[in-house]
Amino acid sequence: MTTPAIGDALGPRGRRRVAVASAVAVAVLAVALVAAVNRLHTKGQLDGDLWEPFRHWGVWRFLLFTGLRNTLRAAGVAMVLALVLGVVLALGRLSKRRPVRWLAGAYIEFFRSMPLLLLILFSFLALPKYGVDLSIYGYLVLALVVYNAAVLGEIFRAGILSLDPGQTEAANAIGLSYAQTMALVVLPQAFRRMIPAIVSQLVTLLKDTSLGFVIGYEELLRTANSTGAYYHDILQSLVVVAGVYIAVNLSLSRVAHRLEVRQRRRFGAGAMAVSGVEDLALVDAAGRADR
Amino acid sequence: MGVVTDHLGLFAEGARTTAVLTALSFALALVLGTVLASCRVSPVPPLRAAATAYVEVVRNTPLTVLFVLFFFGFPKLGIQYPRFASAVIVLSAYTGAFVGEVLRSGINAVAAGQAEAARALGLTFGQNLRLVVLPQAYRTVVAPLGGLLVALIKNSSIALVISVAELTFIADQVNRDTARPIPVFVGAAIGYLAMAIPTGLAVGALERRVAIRR
Repeated sequence: MTTPAIGDALGPRGRRRVAVASAVAVAVLAVALVAAVNRLHTKGQLDGDLWEPFRHWGVWRFLLFTGLRNTLRAAGVAMVLALVLGVVLALGRLSKRRPVRWLAGAYIEFFRSMPLLLLILFSFLALPKYGVDLSIYGYLVLALVVYNAAVLGEIFRAGILSLDPGQTEAANAIGLSYAQTMALVVLPQAFRRMIPAIVSQLVTLLKDTSLGFVIGYEELLRTANSTGAYYHDILQSLVVVAGVYIAVNLSLSRVAHRLEVRQRRRFGAGAMAVSGVEDLALVDAAGRADR
Repeated sequence: MGVVTDHLGLFAEGARTTAVLTALSFALALVLGTVLASCRVSPVPPLRAAATAYVEVVRNTPLTVLFVLFFFGFPKLGIQYPRFASAVIVLSAYTGAFVGEVLRSGINAVAAGQAEAARALGLTFGQNLRLVVLPQAYRTVVAPLGGLLVALIKNSSIALVISVAELTFIADQVNRDTARPIPVFVGAAIGYLAMAIPTGLAVGALERRVAIRR
């Protein structure tokens, strides 16, 4: 029994129509699939020797232990540093002092509007001329941190603002200092609420490391490119690597979902509510869409 | 900033390419996203499954990989387009998945009574979606769609990997010729700000205009 997402349950005629539509849809999808496989076949892209490299551990070792490892390393380090800087920016933006608020706001607005690729190129091409001497990895991580801190700063700010002001007032009432209030009361709750948004930003960041390809960082996409050039199977290598990205990102999303469910169970449904569903959707959509 | 003013024509051309690339891709992404969202809320299970698979695959693959795959991998299948057309296809295929997700959340946000009333009047699923649900859904998701548009302006820079002469590519080239990275990249940054900020303001204004007041 299929209940439509809009409207209410279907009657007998509706069900018949859905059955017909389903049959047609399956037929069309099947024809498309057959056409795709046929195209792959006639162009010789299903030939065993093009897929053969992926039967060898050496190729997988290169893709996973060099490519994926470098991708995860850049993403992991950049995420930790961006989280720290993001908290600082969020607190700065909510500060009582106007210059601090203004500076943090300018930083966030500026870097959030920049294409990450432009920042990566700037980091890689401009900084060495001014005595900043890092590895390719360093330039990439620097750009990732600068950009993602701005995005995470906004996420944290939304999280902090979504808390009941009573939390801060109660902390003040029992005599906690600003630092104690933030560290012990406000940030842990804001962080917990924003876990889904933060994980989705982590997925984005992980995808973004593929821009390291442009400056020659040996991450997953570049290793796929190398394997493809070496074995003359660029299409196959890219498809395999896209599969690796999807597997990693889906597992991350699954973890996020599990955390969200556990949290709901522990703190009640209200634990997840940000200032409004729209806000969360916006943070989520904007975050995920940033590549 | 002398370098930028010397190459002002190039920069303007790059900014124009970025703007056109973004506008075309966003228009197509809206169409694709509408189709995807309609499939995902339809009562037909195979359509739901196909749309879900598309969205999950595309949004979990880096845009860079999609660009490289489409431009360097697909020609092996005889699928080959010029650089600019390829960029439009890849950007709209990618952004369309996100538009679909945003729109689906918008559809879910439309009060259930609306669709039920439409059914009670005897509208079919298609009429219900087209005449009642989608118009309201669009109005509730103006802000997230605007976010996607701004993200698309930035994402269009990745067309650099297939050498489309958009703003970031131009900046990279001018820097190669002049070796003056700071003014060149700051110039490009100003170009992006000049596009992102008005877009954000326009979206905000549109949102206030079409907001459903209850």
